[in-house]
Amino acid sequence: MVSTILIVIGVLFNLIGCIGLIRFPDVYNRLQSATKCGTLGTCSILAGTLFHFGFTDAGIKAIIAIPLIFFGATVAAHALVRGAYHFGIKLGDKSVKDDYKDVAK
Amino acid sequence: MRYLALFILSFLFWLLLTFDLSPINLAVGAVAALITSLLFGKYFYERVYKFLQPQRYFWFLIYIIILIWECIKANFDVAYRVLHPAMPIKPGIVKIKLELQSEFARAMLANSITMTPGTITVDIVGDDLFVHWIYVSSEDPEQYSRKITGRFEKYIKKTFE
Repeated sequence: MVSTILIVIGVLFNLIGCIGLIRFPDVYNRLQSATKCGTLGTCSILAGTLFHFGFTDAGIKAIIAIPLIFFGATVAAHALVRGAYHFGIKLGDKSVKDDYKDVAK
Repeated sequence: MRYLALFILSFLFWLLLTFDLSPINLAVGAVAALITSLLFGKYFYERVYKFLQPQRYFWFLIYIIILIWECIKANFDVAYRVLHPAMPIKPGIVKIKLELQSEFARAMLANSITMTPGTITVDIVGDDLFVHWIYVSSEDPEQYSRKITGRFEKYIKKTFE
């Protein structure tokens, strides 16, 4: 029962992440939604797997995958944002502040 | 010393990942861990003796609990902004002064920031951290530094520095 709830929450968050990926205006905001919702959604699905299988080999693997996804998603998001900025993609029209402009050159 | 620490860590990781204690599996794991530690040992955390200080694990536990809580909050925050018809965003890149000194602690802080509400670390230049923020809520550097890093900085200092 707990596992079903966790997996449903996870799928919902992944769905919201995808909607955000389409709705947000520029690459930086899109990455925000992709990393945050994607990570918690996937971690929640993995936690659901753990509750379903208990502490067997499949459950333990699900636990280990959580820090891997955590570090993978954060490092990938950072690299993509930085790469996009250096490639010359501008911040969207709604942006109010850009402190990075002077340093990036 | 750090080659040994990395070897032990990667071997434990292998054991958890395969979950099998047969001799063949142990041997393969040992070889894989050996190759890993020989190749990547020089990039590993330098002051290995810090692994043996128990109070750090205690702070690490508290840090993990805070991080998970912030992570859940971050998701509801971003989900709200995604689903709201008017899309209440006010994005921008802000500069924050870093107080942590060691490289590893800085990396952990940058990772934590990426996971928390509406912020992604863009770059570290010298002592400044650049953060893309989905909703720049104030103009005052003091205030937003406290908002973004304040929650983690002291725990990361106690755990990793």
